[in-house]
Amino acid sequence: MAEARIPPGAWLPLAIGAAWLLLIDTGAVAHPLMVPLHEVLAAPFVDEQGRQIWSAAASSLVRVALGFLIGASLGIAVGVAVGLSRPAQLAVAPTVHGLRQVALFAWIPLLTAWFGNGDLVKIVFISISTFFPVFLNTEQGVRGIAPAYREVAAIVRLGPWLRLRRLVLPAILPAVLTGVELALLTAWIGTVGSEYAIGTGRGIGAYLATARDVFRMDLVLIGVLVMALGGYGLSRVAQLLFLRLIPWRTR
Amino acid sequence: MAALEHLAGGVGASPLPRAAAWPWRTALPAPLRRLLLALALPAAIVALWQWAAVRGWVPPQILPAPALVWDTFLELARGGELLEGFLISLQRIGSGLALGGPLGLALGIWLGVSARARSHLEPTLRALFAVPTLGWIPILILIFGIDEALKVIVIAKAVMVPVVLSTSRGIRNIPLAYLEAARVLRLRPWTRLTRLTLPACLPTVFSGFRLGLSHAFIALIVVEMLAATEGIGYMMVWGRKLFQLDIVIVGIVVVGVAGCVLDLLLRRLERGLSRWAPGHG
Repeated sequence: MAEARIPPGAWLPLAIGAAWLLLIDTGAVAHPLMVPLHEVLAAPFVDEQGRQIWSAAASSLVRVALGFLIGASLGIAVGVAVGLSRPAQLAVAPTVHGLRQVALFAWIPLLTAWFGNGDLVKIVFISISTFFPVFLNTEQGVRGIAPAYREVAAIVRLGPWLRLRRLVLPAILPAVLTGVELALLTAWIGTVGSEYAIGTGRGIGAYLATARDVFRMDLVLIGVLVMALGGYGLSRVAQLLFLRLIPWRTR
Repeated sequence: MAALEHLAGGVGASPLPRAAAWPWRTALPAPLRRLLLALALPAAIVALWQWAAVRGWVPPQILPAPALVWDTFLELARGGELLEGFLISLQRIGSGLALGGPLGLALGIWLGVSARARSHLEPTLRALFAVPTLGWIPILILIFGIDEALKVIVIAKAVMVPVVLSTSRGIRNIPLAYLEAARVLRLRPWTRLTRLTLPACLPTVFSGFRLGLSHAFIALIVVEMLAATEGIGYMMVWGRKLFQLDIVIVGIVVVGVAGCVLDLLLRRLERGLSRWAPGHG
């Protein structure tokens, strides 16, 4: 029992790590791009430029939270409004589907011309990247409400407000959460991507852009690692929301 | 688009009494009505845009008039810049697909067939796949510079991920009964691969390719905007640098239309394929 077995999936990363230590950390292979493993891991703590990753991550997280809240509220509100009215659905859905086909990043040049290079443009971009998945799933959820429920609501003459609170919102919750799960990821990519593309200000993306410009592979690797961890953390948040809000749904 | 048609079909079947509120509902045939409704919002947006330009609410550098954008489009189309950029972008997608597709397919088949490969490789691959394409770009720029290789590799990675995942899933989800039949018939490994494994996982593999291509398209735009000197994505960045937003807007429309066409084509293909596949399963 005391013997700890190495899970088979750990062999490859361990082998890569060992090769990295043996070949590069010992100096057997020297190349500006081949940075020693211990330097990469120490960079966020000792290196002066490396330490900026903490504040960069913090400002990216604030940004993604803000942009996500704006985009998700808009997505849910417009999704419910459009989903409830058939003419609105027919009028709005094709346009939104068309707009969604524009790869998100293609908006950045236009948005920077309109909103400058500061925080505003990044928040706007994150909101847009959040809006689409939330809107589409919300609208689908509203459309999917069983007609029997609608009829019951009509028979008991629920007012619009009660109908929204007692019928529509609970019924669309799973669909909205699916949208939120997807949107958290696109919002995170939108956050890092907009920071990276614009290159100014703080944030993981700007950190990556700077590290790339000064050819610091160790900082780039740390930045990418933090970005991946952030994405993982956000998907955990989505899973927690699922467990909390709709525990009866096994996934 | 299929979802839209479905939605529209559902609306056509809605109870009649509401027709009273929409008198023109009965006056026009359903598809035309739907088309008019769908075009209403874009038309309104363009009208507002034109109105704003005519009244001079915003300076033309910030929002060029629709007519100017149209002229720029014609100019770029006639001058060949648009076609040239488009062809370069298309070529990049093609090379990325040619590199990432077979690689993803091979890796996916390996993971699907061998439990050993799965237990040893899959955790590492999943961790690598969890890093978005965007994260790979700065690493790859340091290694490869901003040459053509960078773009092809980024696109190949974007194609590969969904192909690997769906291929291995498709193979693992082959019904047990088929596998047992193959064992009873003592099919040789090669026959088993070509007669059972490949046909059975084809639809899943194809949906992986469809997803991969749409990811490739997005990756193409990103990589062209971040590190290129030609192509549609670069054209937009260039227009932005000159503060010629008409070029930027033309770029957005071209990207959107190309995305729509790609999506439509792939859905058609997939539908055709899934109709064909079950008979061979």
